[in-house]
Amino acid sequence: MVKQLVAVFLAAILTENYVLSKFLGICPFLGVSKKVNTALGMSAAVTFVMVLATAVTYPIYENILVPFGLDYLQTIVFILVIAGLVQLVEIILKKYMPPLYNSLGIYLPLITTNCAVLGVTMLVLEKAAQDPSYTYVTAIVNALGAGIGFLVAMVIFAGVRGRLETADIPKSLKGLPITLVSASLVSVSFLGFAGLVEGLMG
Amino acid sequence: MNAILIAVAVVGAIGLVVAVVLSFASVFFAVPTDERVEKLTSALPGANCGACGYSGCSGYAEALAKGEAKPGQCPVGGEETAKNVAEILGVKAESGVPTTARVMCSGSCDNTEKRVNYKGIASCSAAFQLLAGGGKCTYGCIGLGDCVRECEYGAIKVCNGVAIVNEDLCRSCKKCAAVCPKSLISIVPKRSASVLCSNIDKGAQTKDDCKIGCIGCMKCQKACEFGAVKVEHFKASVDPELCTLCGKCAEACPKGVIALPADYSKNE
Repeated sequence: MVKQLVAVFLAAILTENYVLSKFLGICPFLGVSKKVNTALGMSAAVTFVMVLATAVTYPIYENILVPFGLDYLQTIVFILVIAGLVQLVEIILKKYMPPLYNSLGIYLPLITTNCAVLGVTMLVLEKAAQDPSYTYVTAIVNALGAGIGFLVAMVIFAGVRGRLETADIPKSLKGLPITLVSASLVSVSFLGFAGLVEGLMG
Repeated sequence: MNAILIAVAVVGAIGLVVAVVLSFASVFFAVPTDERVEKLTSALPGANCGACGYSGCSGYAEALAKGEAKPGQCPVGGEETAKNVAEILGVKAESGVPTTARVMCSGSCDNTEKRVNYKGIASCSAAFQLLAGGGKCTYGCIGLGDCVRECEYGAIKVCNGVAIVNEDLCRSCKKCAAVCPKSLISIVPKRSASVLCSNIDKGAQTKDDCKIGCIGCMKCQKACEFGAVKVEHFKASVDPELCTLCGKCAEACPKGVIALPADYSKNE
């Protein structure tokens, strides 16, 4: 059980990294990775929302959508629930944890319909359908791992972009082009982790 | 048909639950905000320049509402904004002295010469790092217009090799002062005389470098009846608080480097 959880957690960070392997959540990945500080803030908010969203959408899917035969409405219901959830979290944080609210700042509402968050909630259900040993707890651990994986990708890429600032870049590649090129290289570097988790836990 | 109805009912019910929870949450967890903050923010110019010392206009508005700041700290909005802000807060406006940025250099192409012919990046900070500007006077205006590019109000232009501030357009946001590599730009009250030179070399050296530079001859200090003019490090400076604009220092100056506000309006 614990072994499975560790394997799922590590796989979500390294081999199935949502940004670098599944290419979800690319917009914040490119948008707020200019500085390590903002990258950290954004990743913290994404991790938080991913775990919370999975914790809420998983039972909704299992207990409401499947019994009614409405699993084809997954996407729209999940977006609705996640958006409402993020709003609720924002209101509660504003009241009881103003420092955290201020530090998450604009990122919290921004990730309301982040595709990485929606992707995690939907992909864990896909996995659960294939694997009977995959439970609610596994799904939450998977979501946490996905969030940490997002953080790792953001921080690594913020570091790469920091180096880009001082690099001598050809004029035609300046700005977004070189950012995309370096993003693809970072993504390729993550291919090196393929099979790592299976090898470790195998 | 049934399938559609069930789908609509389930999604509608989920949406309704979310809506009800959210509306209850917004009532139960409401954070009381000072409604004056919004009013104050709209009364401020919204330039977010930070010249008031707070993080932009909203920061200043919050500080005002808390009573930590006073109206009239916004140089961009000037007196009108101070009056509006004071009205919202219900306090009396303190009339601030209108200020302006001034370039403390008169080293135009007619008055001074180039030491070297700088042909590098057209930016004062770049030229300053390389050759301290390339002019004969190492204290003088480089004239490549870093301040011109920084000014959001189009109040600065470079005339004949030296930057000049149009004091009617200047809002004293201090951005130009921060960007000048030689720190030639000062924020001073509009109604005061200024010695438009920053050269602190000895008189003989200054004379070599610039026709109009202040040589520290002390004539202005003696001419001033109010003790507003002082010569330090071979350069005169005017204390704007004591200056009465009598113009005697400007008359006494053998170089003609002391300017009165009237001279500025002539320039424009």
